[in-house]
Amino acid sequence: MMPFETPRNASPVRPVWQTALVRPETMTFILLIAALIGGSLLSPFFLDLSYILKSFVLSSEFAIVALFLTMVIIAGEIDLSAAANMALSACLFGWVQDAGLSLPLSIAVGLGAGVAMGALNAVLILGLQLPSIIVTIGTLTLYRGLAQVIAGDKSIRIDPDFVGLDDIFVAGLPAPVAIFVVVSVILALVLGSTLFGRQIYLIGTNETAARHVGVRATRIKAILFLLVGGASAVAGLMTASRLGSVRYDLGLGGELQMILMAMMGGTYIFGGRGTILGTFLAAWLLVLVMTGMIVANWLPAWQLCALGILLVVSIIATNLIYSRAQR
Amino acid sequence: MTGLRSILMRREAGIALVIVLFCLAVGAVKPQFLTPNSLRIILLLVPLILIAAMGQMLVIVARHVDLSVGSILGLTAMAAGMMFRWHPEIWWPLAFPLAIGFGAVLGLMNGALVTVFRLPAIIVTLGTLNFYRGLTFILSDAKQIDRQYVPGALKAMSQTSPIFGIPWIILIAFAVAGLTWWFSMHTRLGRQIYALGSNPVAAGLRGVNVTRVTLIVFAISGALAGLAGIMYASRWGFVNPSNTGAGFEFQVIAAVVIGGVSINGGVGSVPGAVLGVLLLGCVAAALPLLGIPGTTQNAIYGAVILLALVVDRLVRRQGRAHPMVSP
Repeated sequence: MMPFETPRNASPVRPVWQTALVRPETMTFILLIAALIGGSLLSPFFLDLSYILKSFVLSSEFAIVALFLTMVIIAGEIDLSAAANMALSACLFGWVQDAGLSLPLSIAVGLGAGVAMGALNAVLILGLQLPSIIVTIGTLTLYRGLAQVIAGDKSIRIDPDFVGLDDIFVAGLPAPVAIFVVVSVILALVLGSTLFGRQIYLIGTNETAARHVGVRATRIKAILFLLVGGASAVAGLMTASRLGSVRYDLGLGGELQMILMAMMGGTYIFGGRGTILGTFLAAWLLVLVMTGMIVANWLPAWQLCALGILLVVSIIATNLIYSRAQR
Repeated sequence: MTGLRSILMRREAGIALVIVLFCLAVGAVKPQFLTPNSLRIILLLVPLILIAAMGQMLVIVARHVDLSVGSILGLTAMAAGMMFRWHPEIWWPLAFPLAIGFGAVLGLMNGALVTVFRLPAIIVTLGTLNFYRGLTFILSDAKQIDRQYVPGALKAMSQTSPIFGIPWIILIAFAVAGLTWWFSMHTRLGRQIYALGSNPVAAGLRGVNVTRVTLIVFAISGALAGLAGIMYASRWGFVNPSNTGAGFEFQVIAAVVIGGVSINGGVGSVPGAVLGVLLLGCVAAALPLLGIPGTTQNAIYGAVILLALVVDRLVRRQGRAHPMVSP
């Protein structure tokens, strides 16, 4: 080592506006504004708030799960099974209430099933120490397959009393959107300003170090997997309420949208970095992009392509931003 | 080395034992399962999975995963189908190099994203899974290639045979397996894949060109998925933009994981993977015979993946790799 080498931490403290600029959320926000402007150039309907809200309702269930998934990714794990969990919870709920169980009990069954699925993930990943990617690929197949076993190829009608959550308005927002906003605020507080939240970052940054300073990493990760499981069940029931019926292919391909929201919001795929604010903004950005593609009359196939490309590009961008910010 | 080999041998013997026990159990209930005819059914079920599993095995040995094989199968089959439909004057066997070459290019794209941008393969291939599927729709204008366009000689490859009444596609599949075995055991590049998967850093220090090997592994996986694509056209006689290859990746990953290929990289053998494919084929052939509806198939694949992971974990008590492996 050279005697006069400058230590790494000797660089001057940057002004606030500069650190804000290199944050990935800023990028998401700028893109959000750009999408709004671009969309309004495409069609005059685009800037209609009620139209955007209506479009957001269609993705709100995925967005809610994406918030919880963000925390899992920050902790250095991943859960690809959430969309399949939504389908199985919703199908179980539909099945038991179709068989004559009372509505509250059916809801309890659906939610319980979701938490149980989260628990199975946790047992396999944390108990048996298997990698979360491959475990949740397995449980994705299993949960979606079990939904197919329960519902077959038919759709199950839902009790009319349970239908129509998206027709209820809370403070001018459709209920699913309102739930998303409330959950975002709560999770942002939990992740940003509680000990539990800070420990999640610590685990994702360096799990060994976290364990050495007394962070109960396994327990915290288990809580996160249970939370994702429960949130997926809620999202599944919300989807059932919106559609009025359930089928095994409910939320099919949702894992792509969820991960996209987290990635576009600047959550670092290798863990330790990311914010709820980023995912919150990215959820709106993704909905604007998808709505824009529909308004512009893109074929669904092109939209699928675009989402695939978007996923890869957003990770590359996030990685670049973080590697620059680290210098 | 002898210790490692004996473990591997035990492992493959274990899978073979499971296959025999499974077949005897099914045969006890339905004696017609233990006839040459059902062997023929099983062998006709497995060629596509077997071919793609050889590529997937190499990818997983190199500590990555390729979720896009189903979409590559669909896209390459569609490319071949388009050639048959719009250019029937072209000599039909040229569809083989077309599909294989196209598949290799698609696989290279996965590999390039993984190596150049240092992204986890799971996320990259989740993106390209959707991207390639979208491309299939765009290329085909969302139209199916019907039976009358697929050349009779190609379809005949799934029926007629050069020797012992074994159809061509089965022979090709096992030839691919034999080649992969030779490649993985007796070539410098093949051994480098294992070195890379066991310890990427050490492999790099020992002079393995990590980028090059990773690119080649993904290209092989893509090329074999392309070969499986043309086999699909031969076996089923049609190519559908949405169904062809959908969910195929889960069957392939299930087969490879059952076959004892470790998701932590560096461990796995062709005989093991072949046995994994055969076990999957036996299960798939037994289901209709036992009167279990086809809708349970996905759930069983999921359960089988998880079971194989758990067994792998219990057999090999080793530490866990980080879920997101970067090259």
